[in-house]
Amino acid sequence: MRNLLPILTIVAVILGLWYLAVGPMNFRLALDAATRGGADVTPATPDEQGQTGLLRLMLDNPDVMPAAYAFERPRLPQPQDVVVEIYENTIGLARRCEWQGFGAERDNWSPLSDGCLRVIENRRSLIFHAWQTLAPTLLGFAIGTGLGILLAVGIVYNRTMDLSVMPWAIASQTIPILAIAPMVIVVLNAVGIQGLLPKSLISSYLSFFPVVVGMVKGLRSPGPMDLDLLRTYSASGAQEFWKLRLPSSLPYLFASLKIGIAAALVGTIVAELPTGARFGLGSRLLTGSYYGQTVQIWAALFMAAICAALLVWLIGAVEKRTLTRLGLVR
Amino acid sequence: MGVSQDTVIKAEGLNLVFETNDGPVHALKDVDLEIDKGEFVSFIGPSGCGKTTFLRCIAALETPTGGSLSVNGMSPDEARKSRAYGYVFQAAGLYPWRTIAGNIKLPLEIMGYSRADQEDRVKNVLELVDLAGFGKKYPWQLSGGMQQRASIARALAFDADILLMDEPFGALDEIVRDHLNEQLLQLWARTNKTIGFVTHSIPEAVYLSTKIVVMSPRPGRITDIIDSPLPKERPLDIRDTPEFLEIAHRVREGLRAGHAYDD
Repeated sequence: MRNLLPILTIVAVILGLWYLAVGPMNFRLALDAATRGGADVTPATPDEQGQTGLLRLMLDNPDVMPAAYAFERPRLPQPQDVVVEIYENTIGLARRCEWQGFGAERDNWSPLSDGCLRVIENRRSLIFHAWQTLAPTLLGFAIGTGLGILLAVGIVYNRTMDLSVMPWAIASQTIPILAIAPMVIVVLNAVGIQGLLPKSLISSYLSFFPVVVGMVKGLRSPGPMDLDLLRTYSASGAQEFWKLRLPSSLPYLFASLKIGIAAALVGTIVAELPTGARFGLGSRLLTGSYYGQTVQIWAALFMAAICAALLVWLIGAVEKRTLTRLGLVR
Repeated sequence: MGVSQDTVIKAEGLNLVFETNDGPVHALKDVDLEIDKGEFVSFIGPSGCGKTTFLRCIAALETPTGGSLSVNGMSPDEARKSRAYGYVFQAAGLYPWRTIAGNIKLPLEIMGYSRADQEDRVKNVLELVDLAGFGKKYPWQLSGGMQQRASIARALAFDADILLMDEPFGALDEIVRDHLNEQLLQLWARTNKTIGFVTHSIPEAVYLSTKIVVMSPRPGRITDIIDSPLPKERPLDIRDTPEFLEIAHRVREGLRAGHAYDD
């Protein structure tokens, strides 16, 4: 917990900047409302207001500022509104459902009751939407990692693949995923594949690349001396792979996996955007922007960030355990 | 040159030319050498004289482009497959994810020794290099000298008759080096191996060897072969005796002659 203070400092700075930005961001909306409500504002008409700079407006109408912070459907919501939104749609929802469902005492609250399961399946629940995104993320990550490792082994052991695969892998990452996602969904739908797999494939499209790059570097990390040593034992190619190249590549692999899993999550969310997904964090972002629900957008964004942080942390924990057992971390 | 019964390594008219972008490089030119069983042979010379290349040819890590080379009466390739030699590199080259015991087991696993046999051998060679009790440590927990001893143990684990050592103590400080040289001689006396030893250091070569091969560069060739008259028992202070200094002088002369037309 040595880094708690620096982290809290950064969080405090971000929150401070956020609060400062809320007023100016919502000021025009608040001023507009005040004008229509018949308040005394300068300049008096919306036309003139539109031609006046934001700073001028704020200086001339300081009374409107409190309204800008209390705006109901703001351009930029306040941080606590987002926290409340997240709470309401996760834990809060669970509690309310519980009370309505059973009318029971608080003491009897049990996390895995029928009521709770209903909450997880509730369309408003952020946990439901997060899981709708996480499941394809994990599957896509698994596919991407497997594919990445296979490609890397091919690149290291096969000269033809060495010369041909990497440029394609790099080219694949220069194509905007947003352009490809709808086509993948449509093509797979045409051959009858729906549900988890299309999203997973799009997410694996992003996550395989760091794994290929990291694993190629890792598998090639043994020096000439390490390889000569095995030659003096007349070791076979398979022995060279299992006893030298694979263990050498593990630190590189884990570094790649951390990037890969974050990319997989982004890939899934992006896959949800242009394809009209009904569930998932991406769909929350999309409906939020359709209906001007900025609080909903922010809540979904934070949920995505929390998921990404948890996933990266999880891989970090596995990495530490594995490398310590292998004696690669002191 | 008569072939004695005991000849282990025999090179005749050995040539090795590397094709590089700057034209051919003559790494070895007309090298003739015989090494008998149980000899301790040092190869000494400046960088680029082909001493390491010659060792690598014996180990079948390089392929000569001319002449003949036999190891235990076989081609170097066959000799390697029949586990004729253990090779010790410049750096210890222990795998960091394996314990010391695990590193010594590496060749044994590859060569398919049984589990029980592996354990026995690890125990034996660890005692041989004075590292008993360090089997469970990881390489980074050992000093540089101890790591190099572990790598020697690894080369000894599978009973090869020949030990090829490429500047194994080059990266160590002089005090550790003296100590390891002394231990190496004891080990040689106990195991009766044939040792090929590449070095930069004249005192090291003279102290260790029964035969010193002086080499010079461009093209890499042998300029002198000195049979050492020193006794097999060699305390460290033998290096102050007149006999020792005389051989050292001859080695230095040989090295200088090889350099004469170079500058």
